[in-house]
Amino acid sequence: MKTNWTIRPPFHPEFNLERCDYKGGCNICSHECSWGEISLKPVKGDDQKIYHMPWANWEACGACQRCVKSCPQKAIHIVNKPMYSGHGYWTTEMVSNLWRQAGNEGGVLLVGNGATGPQRRYFDHIMFDACQVTNPSIDPLREPMEIRTYLGSKPERLNEEIGPQLKLEVPIMFGAMSFGAVSLKVHESEAIATKEIGTFWNTGEGGFHKSLREYGNNTIVQVASGRFGVSEDYLKAAAAVEIKIGQGAKPGIGGHLPGEKVSGQISETRMIPVGSDALSPAPHHDIYSIEDLRQLIFAIKEATDYKVPVSVKIAAVHNVAPIASGIARAGADIITIDGFRGGTGATPLQIRQNTGIPIELAIAAADQRLREEGIRSKVSLVASGGIQCSSDVLKTICLGADAVYVGTPVLLAFGCGVCQRCFTGKCAYGITTNNPALVDRINVEQGTQALKNLLHAWGEEIKELMGSMGISTIESLRGNRDRLRGINLSDTELRILGIKHAGE
Amino acid sequence: MCGIVGIINQNKQLIDGSFIREAIRIQRDRGNGLGGGFAAYGIYPEHKDNYAFHIMYDGDRHNPLISQVEEYLDLHTKIFHKEEIPVYPTKVISNGPYFKRYFLFPHEDELSKDQTVDDRIVEIVMNVNRMKGAFVVSSGKNMGAFKGVGFPEDIADYFRIENYTAYMWTAHNRFPTNTPGWWGGAHPFSLLDKSVVHNGEITSYGTNKRWLEMYNYFCTLQTDTEPITYIFDKLTRKDNLSIEDACFVMAPSLWKEIDRKNDIKKQKLRQIYGPAVVNGPFGIVLTYENGAVILNDRNKLRPVVCARVGKRFYASSEECSIRLLSPNVDEIWSPKGGEPVIVELER
Repeated sequence: MKTNWTIRPPFHPEFNLERCDYKGGCNICSHECSWGEISLKPVKGDDQKIYHMPWANWEACGACQRCVKSCPQKAIHIVNKPMYSGHGYWTTEMVSNLWRQAGNEGGVLLVGNGATGPQRRYFDHIMFDACQVTNPSIDPLREPMEIRTYLGSKPERLNEEIGPQLKLEVPIMFGAMSFGAVSLKVHESEAIATKEIGTFWNTGEGGFHKSLREYGNNTIVQVASGRFGVSEDYLKAAAAVEIKIGQGAKPGIGGHLPGEKVSGQISETRMIPVGSDALSPAPHHDIYSIEDLRQLIFAIKEATDYKVPVSVKIAAVHNVAPIASGIARAGADIITIDGFRGGTGATPLQIRQNTGIPIELAIAAADQRLREEGIRSKVSLVASGGIQCSSDVLKTICLGADAVYVGTPVLLAFGCGVCQRCFTGKCAYGITTNNPALVDRINVEQGTQALKNLLHAWGEEIKELMGSMGISTIESLRGNRDRLRGINLSDTELRILGIKHAGE
Repeated sequence: MCGIVGIINQNKQLIDGSFIREAIRIQRDRGNGLGGGFAAYGIYPEHKDNYAFHIMYDGDRHNPLISQVEEYLDLHTKIFHKEEIPVYPTKVISNGPYFKRYFLFPHEDELSKDQTVDDRIVEIVMNVNRMKGAFVVSSGKNMGAFKGVGFPEDIADYFRIENYTAYMWTAHNRFPTNTPGWWGGAHPFSLLDKSVVHNGEITSYGTNKRWLEMYNYFCTLQTDTEPITYIFDKLTRKDNLSIEDACFVMAPSLWKEIDRKNDIKKQKLRQIYGPAVVNGPFGIVLTYENGAVILNDRNKLRPVVCARVGKRFYASSEECSIRLLSPNVDEIWSPKGGEPVIVELER
């Protein structure tokens, strides 16, 4: 039974009708809005003709900015006018969540994207060093700067065999986002861009579409608890295999792709019937302990003839350091740690906001633990979850990571406005939907170029930062916490990050 | 900025310390009086089979730490001879820490599995260095380091290095920048038969240090030269890399170059030993029992000049040091960045 009151979202578009060309017949915004927020209202003009004026319904806007970006007259902006709570403790957000839950929706509140909470962003409290006088900084325009990175297990000595390696020309990879969660055009753009730049993208758990197999050398395929799309061919088609135990946006819980999103191609790629719900159980039902994980790692290595590295991805949780050590000893070549800020297509709000730990602390703790045990070179560490810019990448590397995954930045490159409604299947940018009309909004060539721009720009910025620190090759910054200083951090935080306070 | 000089007699002809004193003295501008030092090879022929430990103690001969260290050494090594290292206070340096030398050999029955005598010595050095107030200045056979706070010629006079004769000498004139000028932090830095004089500042210190810690090398002396010495020791002695390969690890060629030559071995060296790359500006003269290596960072951000006169080989931050001792040379050149010059002694 519905309540006799309704709640409306905080955002809605406002139209500057002096600029708007509705009298000329323009109705682009109402077409572009996939949410049903903008309708066309017939109005009578001074000339007694009927025109269709854009009209905000005040019921479905999420500030995705699609209408704003596509308006040729630049006549739209989005305003934020929430149903404001004046109560200091019962904040606007808490109140509207509760209204939503009790009044309209019931059940578990779902959201997309990563955690939005007020927890400290440690990156903002970490500063780089730079060269002054006693040693020269290096100009990346004049001197060669190297950011190539190899991921995989390294032996201790030259005469021992080296395991399979992934060669990254930029220490940035595209994180796991499954076909189904994102559209095939997103995958295609990621595949082409990573091939052209020389890095890797991750299929996520939804299988590897047959049309993209030619990009296998730049592809990491995932084996998650649902085992979607997993076959011998699938494992052999990729440059690396990643076992997904968990992800930062929803540690400890599984996933759910609703049956209505499981269309023909998704069904084929995931190897499940059309229209059936794709449920990823919370744990792998064959992994209830570290020794079970070891068996899966080696089952995959056997299946792939030990030719590709095997990664294990976990969410950053309290005990991340000993867990990472266990994974290294279980035979993984790469450990991926996903911080609580990591994005997702859908997650329960309470889990997203309240479970896990920041990637900065997690990667520092894991790197330190692996070093104390003398097994750091046995594995590569990949960090993800909340990385927003190139300096975040480099700080993560200084704290001990070999490379990073980015997910949300990939979506942003396609125009995404982080409206957090990825699970609805209505994405106005065609990113997190498989509605053919919406997916058509992505042009693969443009998407590829945008992703290449992103990798190139971040790579150049990383080189600038390295140059200022007098470092000509990135391996000299890996784990180089000496070149970081903390600001406004407690002794405990500094100890875990392994850095000194600014001024020391 | 720092000044370095190396004199290497490939035929092992012994020369006294007055030559190296002069060579480094004229590079006075490269230092600021906060550190100078010398390493000398061939100075203890009568004890050539035992490890010569030069240990520096804070304070004077009454420091109770001395007996503590000696107790430790007595327990784990046989000390064949020990004595004060004679010093001669001058107007400039009237007061320094207390120096003693020990000629010792570790108890072989104490070696753990797979541990060599050299490994054991490294372990003992690390343990002594971790006792606050005692530092092992050098620990090789038939060699020793003399160093302290002052201009190098003052340090030379303080130890009267002209009283020692060696076939290979290195010298260092320090201009400390990021670490304090203190007696233990002066160069050369030495471990086993290896010693390093270094001009530069290592930007990769944190990475190098944390990598070394995994292999039980602990950087405690607050100087950039320490990790260089340990890296070289780890690469050549523990991992059995050739001198060339070890130099390649520390100053590798570009990936582009490795790709072009499709050099699988070099690719593997970089993949395995990435954390051992020494980044930042440096010029070093690294000496060991049978020779010396002169190496620049790959961008050549510090000067090093090499020269040869018959069987004598020079390396120096500045040409003037070489010309002072040998106005006429057979060969003189500036090695390229990242390309090591390796000098082998006649056996």
